[in-house]
Amino acid sequence: MRRNEFALTMPSFLWLAVFFIIPSALIILISFRGSDSYGVLLPVWTVKAYQSLAGMHLMPVILRTVRLSLYTTVICLLLAVPAAYGMSRMSRRMQNILLLILVVPFWTNFLIRIYAWKVLLHPDGFIKHCLVWAGFLDQGATLLYTEGAVLLVLVYTYLPFALLPLYSAAGNFDFTLLDAGRDLGSSTLQLVTRVYLPGIRQGIINAVLVVFIPAMGSYIIPEIVGGPSSEMLGNKIARYVFVDRNIPRAGALSGFLILMILLPSLVSLVNRDSLAKGRKELVQT
Amino acid sequence: MKKKSVLPVLILAGIVIFFYLPLVVLVVNSFNASRVSSVWGGFSLKWYERLFSDQNLLRSVKNTVLVTGISVLCSTVLGSLAGISIARFKSRLQKVHSVFIALPLIMPDILIGISLLLFFISFRIRLSLLTIIIGHITFCVSYVASTVQARFQNFDFSLIEAAQDLGAGKGQILWKIYLPLLAPGILSGAMLAMTLSLDDFIISFFTAGPGASTLPIQIYSMIRHGSPPVINALSTLFIAFTFIVLLFYQRISRRLNNEN
Repeated sequence: MRRNEFALTMPSFLWLAVFFIIPSALIILISFRGSDSYGVLLPVWTVKAYQSLAGMHLMPVILRTVRLSLYTTVICLLLAVPAAYGMSRMSRRMQNILLLILVVPFWTNFLIRIYAWKVLLHPDGFIKHCLVWAGFLDQGATLLYTEGAVLLVLVYTYLPFALLPLYSAAGNFDFTLLDAGRDLGSSTLQLVTRVYLPGIRQGIINAVLVVFIPAMGSYIIPEIVGGPSSEMLGNKIARYVFVDRNIPRAGALSGFLILMILLPSLVSLVNRDSLAKGRKELVQT
Repeated sequence: MKKKSVLPVLILAGIVIFFYLPLVVLVVNSFNASRVSSVWGGFSLKWYERLFSDQNLLRSVKNTVLVTGISVLCSTVLGSLAGISIARFKSRLQKVHSVFIALPLIMPDILIGISLLLFFISFRIRLSLLTIIIGHITFCVSYVASTVQARFQNFDFSLIEAAQDLGAGKGQILWKIYLPLLAPGILSGAMLAMTLSLDDFIISFFTAGPGASTLPIQIYSMIRHGSPPVINALSTLFIAFTFIVLLFYQRISRRLNNEN
């Protein structure tokens, strides 16, 4: 019996131990190593990397990372909660069709989707022309390479991850409760805040986790549609690795990012499937 | 008495437009003879011609097929075994195991990429296609395992005991009981692994050796260094490919589900 368990467990257990657990521990270990100016690690233990982080003026980047992730989460919820509600009140057939329609764009390559926004927001692009034509923008205004562009693409990328858990929570919600509330004379606002939102609480928590956590670790979105003034933590880490070749400093900042992500995900470790579901539900529709 | 609310439906419609607008613009522009996306210069296939004469691109397609094929195969096997063992046994080992499986799901790609890069450098493993494949298997295993594990929700383990009592061997139990029951879960896990592997740029970028360029890496360098209309053509083909795969997948998965 036990031998059986061992044989089934060990392949994935060892694989993850070697290629995930050890590398993750290594990144923390290396952050306490010294390095010379060529990026070669020295066999000394030091906290220099952490001290140098303090002098890097990272505060604006940290605040921007948290701010953009929070805005993304809030906007995704504001759009996804009513949309998921609207969807779950449609006919079964319509629901399935819509689900497919909503999921399909996210089967296309991630980079291609970001690139599409770069084309749209380009100074010669579609959106700029529309906005200038409608009188909302000056000819000289830029849309691309701004924090707003990063936020827009973050929302675009993570909205489906918010939609799916909220939709499945709405599917389990008993809509007759709303009718009962209305019969008892509650207003629409009361129905939403006192009955519906508490009813889909778990869905909201899952949606927050699957949007906020990956948004915190964004790297490629600000890299492509953001400018130097919209860098996030991920860009800094990549810069330390590829440009500055300061591996200990990259390790130290990675450790910091892990901590910031771990805090909200303590909630998810209790309910560990919620994160896998974000992507998983894309497949199981 | 259902009260129809207009606002949610409007938002839903807005989201659908929001999701498709960028893709439609890409597809339309891939047939646009003009370099500038907002000017229609007439219908043309010249970007496609240019696409197919790009040797680097063709090589990266070959690399991608190799990386995705091997990673899907390995991670499906590893992940399925992991899903079975976590669902089947309730020991302390499985608790640790399931934490191992859960962690890559919350770790941002960039951290997985950097930690693997440091790992390979520290142990003097030369970066190549193989290191990309190792990275892909690592993050795919977790997704396959959770998908397979989910199939066990209503699974009756007395079936296994019955089979053992009737003298079935381990191999027989795996092939004749687990595999057919788990087939839809394994298929959707493999499908998920395939999309994640095809989609991954960040982890590949960090673990790629010189010349070991996959399609997303190639797309990234095209985005960075110009040639936009060619990317439009490439994206259109990519989108078409995705739709075809999705169609097939729906067919097969429906049949598997009906059999059960």
